[in-house]
Amino acid sequence: MPLLELRNVEARYGPIVALHGVSLAVDEGGFVAVLGANGAGKTTTLRAISGLVKTSGDILLDGEPVFRRTPEAMARRGVAHVPEGRGTFATLSVLDNLRLGAWVQRGARGRDLARVFEFFPRLYERREQQAGTLSGGEQQMLALARAMMARPRLLLLDEPSLGLAPLVVREIFATLRRMNENGTAIVVVEQNAALALDAAAQAYVLETGTVVLAGEAAALRHNDDVRRSYLGY
Amino acid sequence: MANFLQQVVSGLASGGIYGSLALALVIIYRSTGVLNFAQGELATLSTFVCLALLDHGWSFWPAFAATLALSFAGGLVLQRTVVRPAQRGPQIGVVILTIGLLIAVNGLTTWIWGGAARQFPGPFSTAPIHVGGVAFSKQDLGVIAVSLVTVALVGLLFSRTKLGLGLRATAVNPNEARLVGVPVGWLLGVGWGLAAAIGAVAGVMAAPSLFLEPNMMQAVLLYAFAAAVLGGMDSPLGAVVGGLILGVLLNLLGTYVHWVGGELRLAAALAVILGVLLVRPSGLFGSRSVTRA
Amino acid sequence: MRRLYAVGVTVLVLVLLPFVLSEFRTVQLATVGAYFIAVLGLDVLLESGQVSLGHGAFMAVGGYTTAILMANHGVQDVWTIPIAAGVAGGLGLLFGIPALRLSGSYLALATFAIAIVLPTLLKKFDHFTGGSTGITLFGRPTQTGHGTGYLGLTNNTWLYALTWLVGVLVFLLAWWLLASRFGRSLRAVRDSELAAAASGVNRSAYKVAAFGVSAAYAGAAGALYAINVAYVSPDTFPIQLSLFLLVGAVMGAFGSIWGALAGALLIQFLPDIVGVLPHVDTKQAGPATFFYGAVLVALILLLPFVLRVASSIADRSYSRTP
Repeated sequence: MPLLELRNVEARYGPIVALHGVSLAVDEGGFVAVLGANGAGKTTTLRAISGLVKTSGDILLDGEPVFRRTPEAMARRGVAHVPEGRGTFATLSVLDNLRLGAWVQRGARGRDLARVFEFFPRLYERREQQAGTLSGGEQQMLALARAMMARPRLLLLDEPSLGLAPLVVREIFATLRRMNENGTAIVVVEQNAALALDAAAQAYVLETGTVVLAGEAAALRHNDDVRRSYLGY
Repeated sequence: MANFLQQVVSGLASGGIYGSLALALVIIYRSTGVLNFAQGELATLSTFVCLALLDHGWSFWPAFAATLALSFAGGLVLQRTVVRPAQRGPQIGVVILTIGLLIAVNGLTTWIWGGAARQFPGPFSTAPIHVGGVAFSKQDLGVIAVSLVTVALVGLLFSRTKLGLGLRATAVNPNEARLVGVPVGWLLGVGWGLAAAIGAVAGVMAAPSLFLEPNMMQAVLLYAFAAAVLGGMDSPLGAVVGGLILGVLLNLLGTYVHWVGGELRLAAALAVILGVLLVRPSGLFGSRSVTRA
Repeated sequence: MRRLYAVGVTVLVLVLLPFVLSEFRTVQLATVGAYFIAVLGLDVLLESGQVSLGHGAFMAVGGYTTAILMANHGVQDVWTIPIAAGVAGGLGLLFGIPALRLSGSYLALATFAIAIVLPTLLKKFDHFTGGSTGITLFGRPTQTGHGTGYLGLTNNTWLYALTWLVGVLVFLLAWWLLASRFGRSLRAVRDSELAAAASGVNRSAYKVAAFGVSAAYAGAAGALYAINVAYVSPDTFPIQLSLFLLVGAVMGAFGSIWGALAGALLIQFLPDIVGVLPHVDTKQAGPATFFYGAVLVALILLLPFVLRVASSIADRSYSRTP
């Protein structure tokens, strides 16, 4: 049984239909990439999972629909969502941001903070600084670290590479691989298809709100359409 | 010199009251972006409730504690029932809603207790206490102490507790807070409850000298707004500092500048409000995004 | 065409009422007329997206202008009305300029503060305003009819006629303004400052103008109120008046200036309506005040629902073809 399953999910913003029946599945410990151009519905898919947008169709966690799927409820069920733009609390300190990450764990324990600082030593140096004063890459690290504090079963990431230098992006994806190795399932939405297909095991390609391609990431990397449209060669 | 010190201390006492009510205003403003015009009337209502308990034979501090609890509950309920639906509409609607609450609560208080002013037996005697040869009012010192304790406790709540962390996160980025599991809806209610309780402190501290009647906090509300604007509408520290500065300033102006006298204190507060809003809207400690109301 | 019929019928009813109702009711309806004018003014302001919690202060300006002119400068009461409107309107324009820098809530705060402080200023500068004792206008030669009547009408009926004559005139003026390009520009500014700027509307000019017009209306209302009551004092225009005007204006803001008439009637008669309920003693101020507030709260909560309905009505009522 997959950890997360979407069956024919439709989502709308008022009169505009953003998702026209999206189906996908993520296994326990899996790593899924969701690709597509701007406006294809990638962000909406994540928001649908988190309960930030109204949907019809089934969204199942551990095979069961979540009663009253609100962001708070999904967080309690072990789903961590890092939205586009990092979603850090800019005027709060790095430490406070991390403590907030552990909210569903009934508060941060020293052990959790230590573990996270081990993963992200630069954050330890900056722990008293306001999150908004960190560089883009550091804020992305902070967002990941905060997600880690919740010890999530499933991590949803929206465009982690946006606006960051290639070196930094490589670091981030290396971190993601480590998290995935430690058992966290990951769904990453990315415009940078090459990067995502490199890291993920499975991939879905969205176009105007529907899934047009799905399969093993390795296979999709060699798919002609994917190469032409998203890999540039 | 002695008179000067007495005026300063007395100004600090009034300032403590203005600062406390200002703190309540700032808490609500920070979490919901709303100027709660009804804050003063809610404080008056709380004070009347406290008096009712005292009249029933309760001694002061238990009555005070019960009043704080009831005020907290009232504020929470108010936010969940009436404020929350209004916030889905235009911002101006919420402002007008708080005006409606101001009118309604004022009317309710008058309806239940009548318009006549009453004595409110405060916990501090009005006897003077001599420090370094200068006579200060025990009441003034007591009010200053209570204000400081209130502010300190609220500060600790925000900075050291998980609840405080959640409240701060809700104020900074409510959508993101929901994603980490913070029950934003409830915390907004808690914010209003907290503000109502702090307002109750201000009301109970003010009542012994102002005499309790339905319009008691009308002027205090204006002074509190002036204090909050002066300190920076989104700065809790600013609210308290602004309150203390305003209290002392108004007292000294009233004493030493004769044409201001007692009647123009309100006008001075108006001048502060208009002056700060037009010249430096973020006040002393506020952030620059403050005027994007 | 239907709109004109509605206006015509209303005017007819207005003309006939004093002959049907008692003197007491006529006096009350005259006061309704003054409130109506002030509420109309506040609605013009709301149309531009600005809020004022201090329109009672502009009424006070108008009222005191009238009183001082009648008492100290021998100006006939009727002629003080345009002067009062002009003075208040001028102050409104002056205030409207710094008001541009204050957004919604802060503008509300500034006007709220002014309305609270004005009575204290009126008391302080007493050599000018008569201080706490105020200025009496009854029986003065500048009072048309000297308080006993005019043109064969009783005093109350004359004042009623005067008030509603002005009321109908300014109503038509407001209707014309809001249906014209002025009104469209105001609404554009209210709905989206960005879009209005993009389409070349001079937002600042319209917002300031809205303030001026709105204040002028309130000034005229204040003048008429003073003439009706034949007395002004610092307590004639308290903060409660400003707040109750807002209640009336919010009713009018539901897309129709006929709502302003309902709002004015509400301000005058809510205590009586509320008195119908059991256990409510309307001789006390408490219950009536409570219900004013409750009505406002209810209006706001109903707003999203009503706005959807009202905006379609409003678009039709402001069309040039009546």
